[in-house]
Amino acid sequence: MKISINGLHKAFESRIRLGIMSALAVNNALDFSSLKDYLEVTDGNLASHLKALEKEDFIVVTKAFIDRKPNTKYTMTKQGRQAFEEHLTALENLIKSQK
Amino acid sequence: MKKTEEDYLQDLREIRSIMERSTKFLSLSGISGVLAGLYALAGVYFVAGVFEGKQHLTYRSASAAEMWILLLTAIVVLVLAMSTAVIFSVKKRRKRGEKIWNAAAKAMLINMAVPLVAGGFAALILLTKGLLLFLPPVTLIFYGLALYNAGNYTFNDVKYFGVAQLVLGLLALYFTAYSLLIWALGFGILHIIYGIYVNYKYER
Repeated sequence: MKISINGLHKAFESRIRLGIMSALAVNNALDFSSLKDYLEVTDGNLASHLKALEKEDFIVVTKAFIDRKPNTKYTMTKQGRQAFEEHLTALENLIKSQK
Repeated sequence: MKKTEEDYLQDLREIRSIMERSTKFLSLSGISGVLAGLYALAGVYFVAGVFEGKQHLTYRSASAAEMWILLLTAIVVLVLAMSTAVIFSVKKRRKRGEKIWNAAAKAMLINMAVPLVAGGFAALILLTKGLLLFLPPVTLIFYGLALYNAGNYTFNDVKYFGVAQLVLGLLALYFTAYSLLIWALGFGILHIIYGIYVNYKYER
């Protein structure tokens, strides 16, 4: 877990990763295609960002089969939620301090 | 590298937009609301015509013919209104390039369906017992509950729309002489007003 000087998480520097976390913060679990839908990104791009978040232990991946089709669901972990909320607080403080 | 305040604000905007888009169904169409209201008014006009000259909707059992007329009118209005809503929503979603069927749409429909189905059965039971008097208030009350629930998953204003229908339902229960008129007010006029409001506020 890397945190930059101003309290922002390095992991959320990318807006796509921030988007993934936002969607997962308010939904219990989302599958790949819904995430793709909300973020308007390509498969490969989304997959690599999801991998990065998984490495940080911010999200967990559950693979299941629905009608023999693979269905991958993503859920936010406790650490992930904490990190995301800290990041939001940091953003808030930054904006306040620049006013 | 991010530095500027504009960047942070953009981040926050993105977060808010995704949170909303992923939890709320924002493709309700105002025009379909207006049309639903017009169908309801036409239905009321037709039913009132059929029952004209008799003490319509009073404490008495309905004849089998009257029951069928009521039931068929109700079904026609319902099917027309619902299919209109679906067609317009699908069109709107296509235009915005969204998937027709996402978690938010599902959540909204399930939350609406529970009170609506219960209300539908209640209305059918009242109809078979010939308690026509109670049909307008009961349908209004259940519909109001359904909308109040749906408000959590779509435009928040839908909640107030639901409360308004609930209030009308209770009024119809008290002022039984005017119950059909109040029903026309709720399912007809209120829908039209609300549809225009949604169209003006969210679809300009």
